[in-house]
Amino acid sequence: MVRAWKAKTAATLVATVLLAGAAEARSVTWARTGDALTLDPHSQNEGPTHNLLQNIYEPLMLREHTGKLLPTLAESWKVTSDPLVWEFKLRQGVKFHNGNTFNADDVVFSIERALQPTSDMKGIISSIEKVSKVDDHTVQIKTKGPNPILPDQLTNIYIMDKEWSEANNTVTVEDFKAKKDNFAVRNANGTGPYSVVSREQDVKTVLKLFDGYWGKGQVPLGIESINYVTIKKDETRVAALLSGEVDLVQDMPVQDIDRVQKTQGLKVNLGQENRSIFLGMDMGSPDLKSDDVQGKNPFADKRVRQAINMAIDRDGIRRAVMRNQSKPSGMIIGPFVNGYSEEFGKAPAVSVDKAKALLAEAGYANGFSIAFHCPNDRYVSDEGICQAVVPMLARIGIKANLISQSKTKHFPAIQNGETEFYLLGWGVPTYDSEYAFSFLHHTRSGRYGGWNGTRYSNPELDKKIEGLSSEIDIAKRNAAIAEIWKTVQDETMYIPLHDQLLAYAMKGDLDVPVSPDNYVHMKFIAPKK
Amino acid sequence: MNEASPNRLSSTAGVPTARPRSRLAALRDSDLWQSFVASRLVVAAALLTTLLVGAAFLAPLIAPHNPYDLKSLELIDADRPPAWEEGGDARFLLGTDDQGRDILSTIMYGTRASLMIGICSVLLAVAIGLSLGLWAGYAGGRIDAAIMRVADVQLTFPAILTALLIDGVALAIFKRYTFEGGKFWILVMAIGLSYWVQYARTVRGVTLVERDKEYVQAARLIGIGPMKIMFQHILPNVMGPVLVLATINLALAIITEATLSFLGVGLPPTEPSLGTMIQVGNKYLFSGSWWMVAFPGLTLALLAVAVNLLGDWLRDALNPKLR
Amino acid sequence: MLAFAIRRLFEALMVMLAVALIAFALFRYVGDPVNQMVGQDATLADRAELRRHLGLDDPVIVQFGRFVSHAVRFDFGISYQLKQSVTGMIAERFPATFELALAAALFAVVFGIPMGVYTGIYRDSWLSKVFLTVSLIGISLPTFLIGILLIYLFAVKLGWFSSFGRGEVITVGFWRTGLLTISGLKALVLPAITLGLFQMTLITRLVRAEMLEVLRTDYIKFARARGLSDRAINFGHALRNTLVPVITIIGLQLGLIIAFAIITESVFQWPGMGLMFIQAVQNADIPVMAAYLLLVAFLFVLINLIVDLVYVRIDPRIRIYSKGTG
Repeated sequence: MVRAWKAKTAATLVATVLLAGAAEARSVTWARTGDALTLDPHSQNEGPTHNLLQNIYEPLMLREHTGKLLPTLAESWKVTSDPLVWEFKLRQGVKFHNGNTFNADDVVFSIERALQPTSDMKGIISSIEKVSKVDDHTVQIKTKGPNPILPDQLTNIYIMDKEWSEANNTVTVEDFKAKKDNFAVRNANGTGPYSVVSREQDVKTVLKLFDGYWGKGQVPLGIESINYVTIKKDETRVAALLSGEVDLVQDMPVQDIDRVQKTQGLKVNLGQENRSIFLGMDMGSPDLKSDDVQGKNPFADKRVRQAINMAIDRDGIRRAVMRNQSKPSGMIIGPFVNGYSEEFGKAPAVSVDKAKALLAEAGYANGFSIAFHCPNDRYVSDEGICQAVVPMLARIGIKANLISQSKTKHFPAIQNGETEFYLLGWGVPTYDSEYAFSFLHHTRSGRYGGWNGTRYSNPELDKKIEGLSSEIDIAKRNAAIAEIWKTVQDETMYIPLHDQLLAYAMKGDLDVPVSPDNYVHMKFIAPKK
Repeated sequence: MNEASPNRLSSTAGVPTARPRSRLAALRDSDLWQSFVASRLVVAAALLTTLLVGAAFLAPLIAPHNPYDLKSLELIDADRPPAWEEGGDARFLLGTDDQGRDILSTIMYGTRASLMIGICSVLLAVAIGLSLGLWAGYAGGRIDAAIMRVADVQLTFPAILTALLIDGVALAIFKRYTFEGGKFWILVMAIGLSYWVQYARTVRGVTLVERDKEYVQAARLIGIGPMKIMFQHILPNVMGPVLVLATINLALAIITEATLSFLGVGLPPTEPSLGTMIQVGNKYLFSGSWWMVAFPGLTLALLAVAVNLLGDWLRDALNPKLR
Repeated sequence: MLAFAIRRLFEALMVMLAVALIAFALFRYVGDPVNQMVGQDATLADRAELRRHLGLDDPVIVQFGRFVSHAVRFDFGISYQLKQSVTGMIAERFPATFELALAAALFAVVFGIPMGVYTGIYRDSWLSKVFLTVSLIGISLPTFLIGILLIYLFAVKLGWFSSFGRGEVITVGFWRTGLLTISGLKALVLPAITLGLFQMTLITRLVRAEMLEVLRTDYIKFARARGLSDRAINFGHALRNTLVPVITIIGLQLGLIIAFAIITESVFQWPGMGLMFIQAVQNADIPVMAAYLLLVAFLFVLINLIVDLVYVRIDPRIRIYSKGTG
């Protein structure tokens, strides 16, 4: 009797071991500071949101970590004989997670959806005038003026299933600022390698490998399921990595990089991000609400802005707050981006005396106080940066009252015009200055200026910016870009701080490369055996 | 039962003394003092508390730096270990935090802030509780019932929950602008409004008893107004238990403030209290900068244990049942 | 008995109504509900339409009535922060908090009662002194300090337990439980100790005090005189008498457990109602705060009511006295 029982147990054990070996299913727990804001692909133009969505939804072409454009849902593209029209040949045999077939109708629907007033993506594709279907696998896009870089601008526009969206009443994009609920906010149906199993916002989102993925065999797909968890506290994120509960920490707290690098079985990948961190000021309003100056706006005076620019010790921040994980800069775009110049990119020298003199000249010898808004769960050491800036401003007499809050409150505050002095970071997925201009420098109107919290409005500048999207002569276009930069740098429209450096910490058997866009595409990861 | 001390038997029994004993001597011979010195632990707790509270109050005079003066912070001094370790600096005895603040000075100023909030909130709680308790006890009837109803409702909630709610609502209302010292008063209000109930009940109880006594009846007959009666006659009788409550309450108030600050809804990192220091320092625990959380944590722990010991002793010493 | 029950029930309802009034005031008057729900680009006409739709111009009594009728049907509106139905969020988070509270209470009772008995009987042994020191620390240290200490010692230095989250969770019906997996149980240990330590020390002290008092009473002296063994005395007589107040206290301590759960869940990132509440406070998410307030009030009032009624049944003195005063 006993012998039979023993034999049965042995058999089960052997079977389990064999099965385990055969499955080789690597599941990854992926931790970030802040969650994706929504699953609606067009609602929020935000890094971590795109990061998660790019594993679930797909654009026509993807930018991979080397910077190359990878054909994804579009196999090839070219400008037609009409310089205003691009033609895209779509991939065949692609299925959505719910089994529907992907075709040109979905592309037309998705791009039109991304152009809706409540979409946060409309600014990037503002040059598009009309999308039309040629046949089931060909789409044409007509732009307002000739646009040579249209494909670069489509890398974050995801394709949704038209039938699914109509059936689930999510034809309109979620209005994030207005907090209106929408089926696509918590449910997803994409063509991407992973489908959503469950979504608990700000806690955990579970993804699993999509069996019908078109890319099977072409990409490693070594990860079978993903637990995407949000761990806001720095120390908890690191503790979870050290104890083995988490496999990949994409937002490594800078103070712990050293320790993790020295830990057996873990490794850290470093790289520069295509993102700049800077301060924005309300320079357009006649009078500010959160300051103690009546009747005028201190930021409206260029000398005040210049004073602040020279009061900030970017090197000190790099050493003490960023632990060398930043590159001080004088421009709000980094060297990756077309339009960057060494001359502007050099960080201004620190001079507290000169700054105080300028302030006095402008009539603020006694300084002033202002509310200072900061996110605390988005950029590397964002709260630490703001806390370091406060004493620096205090030294020249400006008393900044720090209001530090979650990005979920901070970003809508900027977009709703509630902030008067704030920290923001900006990445440029198109690798071209026009992207920054459209969102940050152009007057807020229509498709432009969605993230311009400075209330700065220069109609001439606006025209120049709009003209960029239809200038086909590269030399002329770059000259125009340089002109625009000269104007905004002269005005000290923003206070650039630094370019971010990224650190990913992971278990030794994974090798997740740092991409300048800070996107992790799980489909490319092949864990070492 | 406790034995009468030999002093009392021999010197005063039946023999009228030549002159009245000094108050100090009376205090020294009282049961309270005897039980105090009997326990070495309680004495140690009292000394420790005095030391911490004293250092905190005198912070502006004796602290080596002023961490609340933002102009004085230098990033280059950030993240220094305690002076006796390698890389330490004698100027910063216990090391510095991530923004260059001296840990020792911040502990002193932070404890001071916590104490100020604690004391102000206790004063607020006493003011509200006393007034409502006196009124309820004296007026009786509907007013009494109404006030006690409100007290009962609030009593179903633990103080920390009430404090969190009031804090959250205040933050929602004032979110956009942090005016000078705003957070301080919001915390005082939140904590004070959470702890008034015990005072109200105790005072009401005493008032009910005192109200029917002869001296109060007499005062009413003469025509002395109710306010005067309440504050001049009844109040002195009530102060004893109120004082005991207040002492124990102060400890709770400080812990509540530390908790609120740790949770991120109390004092901000730019004017930190012990709770805030622990929350910030915790981030650096793994990277090796242990001093940022260890010293404030130790201070808070010692303060909490010491004040609790004192509170325990006070409760036991004044509890007639255990005599 | 019946009269007493009805009176208590009525009082409980009054308390709930009062709390509902506060919750309603929060909901309606803190911040502008329309502003919270609409982007800056919304026109005046849009705003007016929304006001009408939400019924914000109706008389206050009508609005309050609507609020209460929704609350009774567990409809608490939409969270400003997560744009989800608040009831849905609460349902999602409730199992986590419940399991944590249960584990904490279990820890408190399983360790608290024996410690209390031991220190009551063997008052002067060194082990008693150790227990009493532990209980002193447990009752004075703030919960978050205890949590941080435990995480540092057991999760980081020793690596025995998890430092965040619930581990592997299995869905049984609509209940997400962590009790059926090893990782789930391991994740429960440190948070349960952190949450339960305060209650454990309270129970220890209470049991000790009760034991000391009971052991001094006459009938114990008589039992000793009769020659009953110490064991029979201690456990048979003394303990039974101490249990009644202890059980009451445990029930009434529920309030403190729920409050301290907020702190514990924050330290361990335990995805329960406490973490949801503290995030709502940090984000000024009024609907969630109001709903939490109502829910918690309901729980407290219910527990208090049950304890009162049960107490009346087991302690005849209360019945007699209340009859007397009518």
